[in-house]
Amino acid sequence: MKLKLKIWRQKNAKSKGAFVSYDLDGVSPDMSFLEMLDLLNSRLIDDGKEPVAFDHDCREGICGSCGMYINGYPHGPVPGLTTCHLSMRYFKEGETIVIEPWRARPFPVIKDLIVDRSALDRIQVAGGFISVTAGAASEANSILVTKKNSDEAFDSAICIGCGACVAACKNASPMLFVSAKISQYALLPQGKPEAKERVRAMIAEMDRNGFGNCSNTGACEAQCPKQIKLLNIARLNREYFKAF
Amino acid sequence: MITLNAKIPDGPLEDKWTRYKSGSKLVNPANKKKLDIIVIGTGLSGAGAASSLGELGYNVKVFCYQDSPRRAHSVAAQGGINAAKNYKNDGDNIFRLFYDMIKGGDFRAREANVYRIAEVSNQVIDHYTAIGVPFAREYGGTLDTRSFGGVQVSRTFYAKGQTGQQCLLGAYSSLNRQIKAGTVTMFPRRDMLDLVVIDGKARGIITRNLITGEIERHSAHAVVLATGGYGTVYYLSTLAVNSNASAAWKAYKKGAAFANPSFVQIHPTSIPQLNEFQSKLTLMSESLRNDGRIWVPKNKGDNRPANDIPEEERDYYLERRYPAFGNLVPRDVASRAAKERCDAGYGVGKTGLAVNLDFRDAIKKQGKKAIENKYGNLFEMYSAITGMNPYEVPMQIYPAGHYTMGGLWVDYELMTTIPGLFAIGEANFSDHGANRLGASSLMQAAGDGYFILPVTISSYLSGEIRTPRIPTTGAEFDETEKTARERIDKLLSIKGKETASSFHKRLGKIMWDYCGMTRNEEGLMKAKELVTELKKEFWSNLLVTGEGEDLNQQLEKAGRVADFLELAGLMITDALNRKESCGAHFREESQTPDGEAKRIDSEYSYVAAWEYNGDNEPILNKEPLKFEFVELKERSYK
Repeated sequence: MKLKLKIWRQKNAKSKGAFVSYDLDGVSPDMSFLEMLDLLNSRLIDDGKEPVAFDHDCREGICGSCGMYINGYPHGPVPGLTTCHLSMRYFKEGETIVIEPWRARPFPVIKDLIVDRSALDRIQVAGGFISVTAGAASEANSILVTKKNSDEAFDSAICIGCGACVAACKNASPMLFVSAKISQYALLPQGKPEAKERVRAMIAEMDRNGFGNCSNTGACEAQCPKQIKLLNIARLNREYFKAF
Repeated sequence: MITLNAKIPDGPLEDKWTRYKSGSKLVNPANKKKLDIIVIGTGLSGAGAASSLGELGYNVKVFCYQDSPRRAHSVAAQGGINAAKNYKNDGDNIFRLFYDMIKGGDFRAREANVYRIAEVSNQVIDHYTAIGVPFAREYGGTLDTRSFGGVQVSRTFYAKGQTGQQCLLGAYSSLNRQIKAGTVTMFPRRDMLDLVVIDGKARGIITRNLITGEIERHSAHAVVLATGGYGTVYYLSTLAVNSNASAAWKAYKKGAAFANPSFVQIHPTSIPQLNEFQSKLTLMSESLRNDGRIWVPKNKGDNRPANDIPEEERDYYLERRYPAFGNLVPRDVASRAAKERCDAGYGVGKTGLAVNLDFRDAIKKQGKKAIENKYGNLFEMYSAITGMNPYEVPMQIYPAGHYTMGGLWVDYELMTTIPGLFAIGEANFSDHGANRLGASSLMQAAGDGYFILPVTISSYLSGEIRTPRIPTTGAEFDETEKTARERIDKLLSIKGKETASSFHKRLGKIMWDYCGMTRNEEGLMKAKELVTELKKEFWSNLLVTGEGEDLNQQLEKAGRVADFLELAGLMITDALNRKESCGAHFREESQTPDGEAKRIDSEYSYVAAWEYNGDNEPILNKEPLKFEFVELKERSYK
């Protein structure tokens, strides 16, 4: 396959970025999107140019490192996939592909397609935990959880923290991300003792980092590579109201 | 020469850990605050250790190369985590878990360590459950378990095919709690460039800030390496592409013995390589072998679509060769059996380097819904990558480099041969012998981190309470930083023609061909030459673009590949030295008439702990393995 790539290049946080166009041939439909970028980078290096910087690690859709805007969609146009799992099969011969970093004020660009997502960690530090010290736990089966609640908690807990929800949202709201953690704990008896403090602390930290609030557009749900449901945000709101 | 003292407590197997704990020295709470501990890595072992040490009141500094501790590669473990809870009433207990691991590791692990990890396995499940890890449950509300390879009981706790992710996020949450409490300080996007040793003790590290390129100094009273394995030496593996051996390798070069480096697990069920640009191989969980049946056509070169091949023309070779364990034989056995069939010309797929993993019968018997419940996300992942639907056609799978049983030598206290330097999780060698059983890595990593290291490290630190905070201005810090800087300058100054990735790919091919699933003397000798040549070429023809004082992924990669090139040499040396077959280490010269691994206990019942010796050949130190509580037996799954 032959492709035309328009990629955001930016040397560092302070410098001004711009789109740069590249022609790339020899792309195989078997490649993943990141392998296509690997190919581009090896060509750039051969030409003595600096390769495009992007975050990536596990390349199997679970670590949450990778993420870029592809043709206007976080992680690309195919629902339910991270960028590393996006196959080049989904693109057409000769297609122009526009690649940008996540766009959100709380995610400043570090270089090219790499952004600083540490604000998401700060939200988790504020309250995304259950305070049990190692050694203090009771026998595991002394805590009974209905299969339904446990399965639902799992469905929320699978968030990979990639930040696509923020990038997709016109308000740059991380509420799908926050609600996934709040929901996981709200559905489990283990999460109850600290429920109020947790939701207040996480929302306060979210606000402190300059993220927006949810206005129920649903773009986050549509773009979440793990297909986390908007329902979680409803649960977050309920937990928040209960917390005062 | 170093002396290996495993410091195994006396007494009956089941009392050793209790006795150790009763006799170990403690550090009082006021003194803990004055003691600094560095932890490198935030996977299950690192995050577990850091949070537990923080909870105890130590002052902990944690480093990882990822942008967030939540991305450590434990996140990718799929199938489950073992514990001897016996919730299924199927006769499981701590001794049986211990025995399965000793046998699964082909009698090349240390009894006392293995028994201890089996012992703490139940605490790990209790702890994860308490901090909200959503393990699968039965309708009555209790925890569910499933079976895994190499055992005949159901002791694997799981969260669909994402158990590693759920456990890791649990560990991440504990870590966050301690960050908030102020006991843990987190340093993401850092590479450890070297270990600082002062008066023979580990006292700090030199790191590179991966965003700014700044070289930094950090000191501590003890350093814990939780840096995982070195499976990416094969380039293509199931590991994260940035996983690396550099921290462990630097420790080795500073005097920490490296044990059994050639013991590498090749996982039998990974998605086969699809193209030459492929950057990694994706694992398909071993749990799939609970319901999937592995087969190849009975006739050579039968290239009909799998569903068109009638039952009587299929060779379910694992069920045929190993009727007792069938598709659930341990990983090393399953991998070699797949290689044997493919090498003999029975492989399937485009390249002939694949076998079928078929769910037809399971779907017929249990219904599609039941299979979807158990493996839904794995099936989705498979079809996203391959474009094929495993509900309708068999998966095609092939072995891939996965886990390293070898690692830094540690004693019973998980301390390396450098006082004050500890290694936990996959980074050490101690619990899996020559082969690891499925769902034991999460168990070991979590057990080491939460429940073992926090106890054993206090024995060491109790002797450090009079040592004031270590300044980072001493000569050793100066010298180590200088060496680290010089190496970066060297990598940048070669300005040759070939990228680090390209060298890595070539190294991976050599290692896969000659030091992979099977090995022989001739191939290993050849590999040794090839790696030496490649190393020379690397240092004369490497191309790294960009600068050192900047985010530079090429430079990061180059440093890691430089270390892999050296480590590969040690792996080959170790594989050459061990002329027996055991577990995953299969020397073609040492096999039974029906092609199974043949151990030579009289000569090789030891841990090979290699000591760095500058430019000379490394020195072999042997820790004899004594089996006092189990009888050495031929490992059979027939």
